[in-house]
Amino acid sequence: MKFRKADPLMRDLRQVLPSDRVRTAPLERSLMGRDASIFEGGRAGPVCFPVGTEEVQGCVDTARRHGRAVVPRGAGTGLAGGAVPLEEPVVVVTTKMNRLLSVDADSRVAWVQPGMINLDLSRATAPYGLHFAPDPSSQQVCSLGGNVGTNAGGPHCLAHGVTSSHVLAVEVVLMSGEAVVLGNPDGWAPGMDLRGAYVGSEGMMGITTAIAVRLTPNPPAVQTLLLAFDSVDAAAQTVSAVIADGIVPAAIEMMDNNIIRAVEAFVGAGFPTDAAAVVIVEVDGLPGGVAEEADRVVELATARGGSVRRAADEEERALLWKGRKSAFGAIARIMPNYYLHDTVVPRTRLAEVMNRVYEIVEEHDLQVMNVFHAGDGNLHPMLLFDRREPGIMPRVHAAGAAIIEASLAVGGVLSGEHGIGMEKRDFMPLMFSEADLDAQARLRRAFDPSGMANPSKVLPTGASCADINALDKVPDGVWG
Amino acid sequence: MADREVPAELELFAAEVGSEGPVAVVGGRSHWEVGGLCPEDTRLVRAPSGVRSFDPADMTIRVGAGTSVAEVDAALAEAGQRANLPLTPGATVGGVLAVGRDDLHALGRGRLRDALLEAVYVADDGQVVTAGGPTVKNVSGFDLCRVLVGSLGTLGLVGEVILRTWPRPAAQQWLAGPCDPTELRRRLYWPSSILWDGQTAWVHLEGHESDVESETDLAKSLGCEPTEGPPPLPLHRVPVGALADGGISGSYLAQVGTGSAYVSEPIPVPSPDPAVVALHERLKAGFDPRGRLNPGRDPLAAT
Repeated sequence: MKFRKADPLMRDLRQVLPSDRVRTAPLERSLMGRDASIFEGGRAGPVCFPVGTEEVQGCVDTARRHGRAVVPRGAGTGLAGGAVPLEEPVVVVTTKMNRLLSVDADSRVAWVQPGMINLDLSRATAPYGLHFAPDPSSQQVCSLGGNVGTNAGGPHCLAHGVTSSHVLAVEVVLMSGEAVVLGNPDGWAPGMDLRGAYVGSEGMMGITTAIAVRLTPNPPAVQTLLLAFDSVDAAAQTVSAVIADGIVPAAIEMMDNNIIRAVEAFVGAGFPTDAAAVVIVEVDGLPGGVAEEADRVVELATARGGSVRRAADEEERALLWKGRKSAFGAIARIMPNYYLHDTVVPRTRLAEVMNRVYEIVEEHDLQVMNVFHAGDGNLHPMLLFDRREPGIMPRVHAAGAAIIEASLAVGGVLSGEHGIGMEKRDFMPLMFSEADLDAQARLRRAFDPSGMANPSKVLPTGASCADINALDKVPDGVWG
Repeated sequence: MADREVPAELELFAAEVGSEGPVAVVGGRSHWEVGGLCPEDTRLVRAPSGVRSFDPADMTIRVGAGTSVAEVDAALAEAGQRANLPLTPGATVGGVLAVGRDDLHALGRGRLRDALLEAVYVADDGQVVTAGGPTVKNVSGFDLCRVLVGSLGTLGLVGEVILRTWPRPAAQQWLAGPCDPTELRRRLYWPSSILWDGQTAWVHLEGHESDVESETDLAKSLGCEPTEGPPPLPLHRVPVGALADGGISGSYLAQVGTGSAYVSEPIPVPSPDPAVVALHERLKAGFDPRGRLNPGRDPLAAT
């Protein structure tokens, strides 16, 4: 549908925002119809760019008066379709709310606006010797509001926890238009943990307008090890052995041979291309513990046939991490499209599930690369494909479903850090009973009785009575 | 739909909770009066107890909510691990999660609210509901576990939980002295606890032996001396911001970096935002519309 100037919704939105920050151009709406997932076919209504809480309230009030749903959006780097708008909702983009509002270095708290880029925060707090611990692979481009929406993770969440552990308070605009602070920047507010309930709610409880984050001191010592193995099993067993030994490194990342070769061709990080798998282990903290833990990791790896390279200096450490974090760019050179999965399995079942993933991919005649957060059992199989190949998408989806089922079968979960969005909405009943899903719907309704905040995501149709009023059909074509 | 096998003891617990009449769950009664008392005619039930499963290599433990924190700690200690639960004498796991008070070492070890991975609870209608999941990382659906911590059992009666566990460090040391708690936090890398009563600061260090030694030296240079342990905790929990408002008649102990302080005599606490109160009311109405679960208790008054 085209928006005319006389459109009453547009007219009212332009009462609360200047005209140039309410956009309806087809290109803009088309861009906002997607995120970084494989979903296509989303349809944005008016796209709003507020600069502050009051403007967000204005957008929400206006949408409500016109009976329109509201979809909050940060940088659009989500991988589960959580920010894909359906049926032309008002899209509220937070990219112009990107300021660092305050830093209290002694209390280790910063207030930020939701559109601030994840890595920009750690850069801004570096002079205080502090950083923001969650570091998703997209940290150079993803927004902190989006991190709150998905409860994002990253390699360095193994020891210090995912986003929820690093959010002290959030200012939220509810669908009633009210702004409310959940939690307290001091660290605790009496009552139930509304902050915790809100983090990870994928835009379905309100719109984040400010975040009080906990900052983490930069470690005095760091050692980064590259362990190479002849088999995926030996690599996975080493990961389990490290954890079982009572060591919780800052990060344990694993890459299989396919991705090692892709990355080497792309950035030349010095990964051994003949290894079946490499594991990057980073230990940090005070020097005594770091030295002892690094030595112990080396012992455990060599006992399982691993060879070891220690990063000698910061430059070499940066190169190893560049290799890890370039994985997605490297893949683009091999196949035009990839579907990045995200499930978690108990850490002791890693090897078994990885072997099953290879079988599944072979059964569906696809290619896979694995680069993932092994320390907390968070698998990220990447299925590579060329969308132009006839009949490819059903195979990609069938393989994806089989990977999810294999993960759940060993006591795993649907998602470790990407969220459910639309991607896994219809898989929720595989993990949860009707009563479990009903409880989640009740939680959502307490925050958004109208069901108009990012409707039709996360909970399968029928899990929430409120969604009956909303738009619960995924249009044809959205599934790639 | 996921078809879970509900263990017999949870079935039994759900049957005891039933679907009619006011009911409250009783743990170790260590914080029984926090947030208000249940009316006398409230039926009392106990959650199942015992360690169900523990695989040290997964660093998670599944226990009945009626298990004492001491029993869980002993089971974990055998494998050189621990959970971030306050080891209140006599308290149960379900009790400390319902009350939501952090352990004294939360500054370094992590918050109680992050310890809970999965909770199986009995809802107001007697149904068994699972919140969260068994793995250390999980964003499958809305984070119901977080809101159960500190809810005083007013949304559901928790029967079984999976907790995240951590390695026990090799060395530890308490120190105390007339030093500035802010300076201690600024200079020490990762203290597990800093407490402050207005005159004396207590600090707890733990980790590798040589690191604890070097950090102990640093703390000494800031005016602290080794001591046996922390001071006794005053009775009432208040948000640390309430201390600044004055009106403290007794003693206090602030738990630096966690937002909590403890006072010997109750002091005025700022009223919550009406929008926060409304969210609490809608949660209660959504989860327990008949008000049968832990009646008389108010999480907002749980100070």
